[in-house]
Amino acid sequence: MTVVRSLVVWCPDWPVVAAGLPLDEPVAVLRANRVVACSPPARAEGVAVHQRRRDAQARCPELVVVDHAPDLDGRAFEPVALALEALTPRIEITHPGAVTFPTRGPSRYHGGDRALAAKAATRAVEVLPPDATVRVGVADGPFAALLAARAAEAGAPVAGGRARVVVVPPGETPAFLAPLSLDALDRPELVEVMARLGVRTLGDLAALDVGDVVGRFGAEGLAAHRLACGLDERPPATAPPPPDLAVAAELDPPVDRVEPAAFVARGLAGDLHRRLTERGSACTRLAIGAETEHGERHERLWRTEGAFTVAAIADRMRWQLDGWLHLGAHRPTGGLTRLWLVPDEVVPAGGRQLALGTGAPGAVDTVEAGERAARSLARVQGLVGFDAVRVPEWRGGRGPGERVTLVPAGAVDVTGERPASAAGWVTEPWPGVLPEPSPATVHAVPVAAEVRDAAGRQVTVDGRGTPSGAPATLAVAGGRPVEVAAWAGPWPYDERWWDPAGHRRRARLQVLTTDGVARLLVLEGGRWAVEATYD
Amino acid sequence: MARGEGLAPVLARRTDIPDALDALAERVRPTTLARDRRFPVLPALEPLLPGAGLRRGSTVAVGAAPGVTGATSLALALAAGASRDGSWVAAVGLGSLGLVAAAELGVALERFVVVADPGGRGRPAGGRHGGADASRRAGWPAVVAALVDGFDVVLVAAGPGTSLRAADVRRLTARGRERGAVLVAVGGELPGERSPVRLSVVASRWSGLDRGTGHLRCREATVEATGRGDATRRRRARLWLPGPDGGVETCEPATVVELPVAP
Repeated sequence: MTVVRSLVVWCPDWPVVAAGLPLDEPVAVLRANRVVACSPPARAEGVAVHQRRRDAQARCPELVVVDHAPDLDGRAFEPVALALEALTPRIEITHPGAVTFPTRGPSRYHGGDRALAAKAATRAVEVLPPDATVRVGVADGPFAALLAARAAEAGAPVAGGRARVVVVPPGETPAFLAPLSLDALDRPELVEVMARLGVRTLGDLAALDVGDVVGRFGAEGLAAHRLACGLDERPPATAPPPPDLAVAAELDPPVDRVEPAAFVARGLAGDLHRRLTERGSACTRLAIGAETEHGERHERLWRTEGAFTVAAIADRMRWQLDGWLHLGAHRPTGGLTRLWLVPDEVVPAGGRQLALGTGAPGAVDTVEAGERAARSLARVQGLVGFDAVRVPEWRGGRGPGERVTLVPAGAVDVTGERPASAAGWVTEPWPGVLPEPSPATVHAVPVAAEVRDAAGRQVTVDGRGTPSGAPATLAVAGGRPVEVAAWAGPWPYDERWWDPAGHRRRARLQVLTTDGVARLLVLEGGRWAVEATYD
Repeated sequence: MARGEGLAPVLARRTDIPDALDALAERVRPTTLARDRRFPVLPALEPLLPGAGLRRGSTVAVGAAPGVTGATSLALALAAGASRDGSWVAAVGLGSLGLVAAAELGVALERFVVVADPGGRGRPAGGRHGGADASRRAGWPAVVAALVDGFDVVLVAAGPGTSLRAADVRRLTARGRERGAVLVAVGGELPGERSPVRLSVVASRWSGLDRGTGHLRCREATVEATGRGDATRRRRARLWLPGPDGGVETCEPATVVELPVAP
């Protein structure tokens, strides 16, 4: 089986570069409180990808922290993609930050692998900010080429030292891959199990018999084994994807702005996704193209790990059109008249997963339920606005209203994994957190109340947390006072004492009145209020 | 086993095989009647609902007797069974929902969505037909309809907090029946026809507090279930909502009392 010799141009720490931050200061880009990318000085201090914010800041106190904007990544990468398109028409974007293309034709044209790599590096470096670096790797197969690019730290310098190139001669790819660790496969669970079995490098894995690996690990193990041997992850498809999977849309009148085209693209992406799921397939490589009224065409391949979601396809189309219409040397002279999506590589979709609960008839198909919910949410957002549809995320805190916060649903990938919404996300201890059970009704604005002791005086709590007297009556929102049957507390809080703006001193009390209603009262600034009702 | 003996003597000896076969037959049965398609509920709530589950496409009204609290917890507990099994749950118009309480009762927050104020987008105030009020009404039915399409269980604020009218409710229940979603009205009945299943907290007793010590630990709630159609009966059960261990359980001794149906 022949493997396509490929070249990978990789811009390390792309989210940092895309955000416009300097690469010579410690910077980290975070998403859902975890590090997604960091600059070399931060890495030197011990910051690593997937760390929590607190861990990263503990290792590097002067770390500058920025939130991840995936859209910005994609758009900012367009100049690099356009620059490389001048070398070869068939580039493939693996993810913002990495570009792959087969080297057979371009290499012959430009005079060899090394010359081609140098040219690619020079072009990429031209459009990047001065402190960004570029790594180029050439090897048999895109997986090995990406690893070669990653290893290019020690490669030959090119383009005035701002880029480094590693070329693995043809046929020596398995030898190049052998000493590399299994972490390069980016499959953490598989790697962990293999490490415990004593398989630590790609060479160890390639030395195993493929039948044994499949028998123990299944399809995932087969893919990993093929990669370790220097082959493509899947055997090349013998037949091209069926033509009826391609979707296209005509735009009449011609459109010369990105937004209306992106809107149409979203519909196309949904159409394609439906056709794919009807066949039980998923698309891993997609060609996105556009044509203008004057016949100019622009087509590019996009690859993904896993399979494309509708939102991912629409985003990529928007980046590509944005880049073509506004940047680059070959801007179109007319409006867009046609958009198309052609799946280039289609694989059987990994099976649907029934809920773990029972598998009984009527059990919930979690993948389908998530997608259905996401579509419904998109429609509701259109009706009530972005901010009105929210999903819960756990957060550190002590009061019932502080431990979970609501974030706009549009800001997260609702169908994806959201560890911040799952139980157990907050592992740090928060001393003083109110014990279970929590109240079912938490008033957004606490309702004013009056708590008086048996003598009719307002109950106060002193600095040590001792109440001035036992609460005897409670009057909520100016209503009739009700007798207190039982109470507990106070739980005193002196939070953020170091922050003059954020300093809060409060005391909470649980009060059960004789009418059977249990409430959580809070005293702040000398005034009582009902924070929550145990409904 | 001698040749030609067959399975009959084996089945006669083993009494658990027929049950296992029944369970297996249940699982591989290809089609199910609409009446049998239900979302699971927490075991403690099963005696209160007809068919021991939330029938898909039905409406449930969860309220409380005047002066008694507990409706919100009961509604969340009702959704918890389906949520744990993988269903998505949406809450509309319930701006003061305690999300930590929801998680403690068993609702999976990763599949929970809150639309606190479906009052629609900013229409200019003081418009022709009542301005803000009209836009608020225009928002609710459309929003709840869109949620019914995509979510399995939709909790809707009923009682004084709702902006739905009887005609809207009729359309929504029809849509829910079509999609197989369950509408749970929290805090009373939705305007229009009475729901086929009504749950009401008639008594609630918290324990764990003393004069200045302890903390709220558990609540014993008496829940009355009434209904019409094949849910015609009145049942009363005592539940821990929540119990000392945090979940919803039946109070021991577990007794579900059947009450005479009012003529």
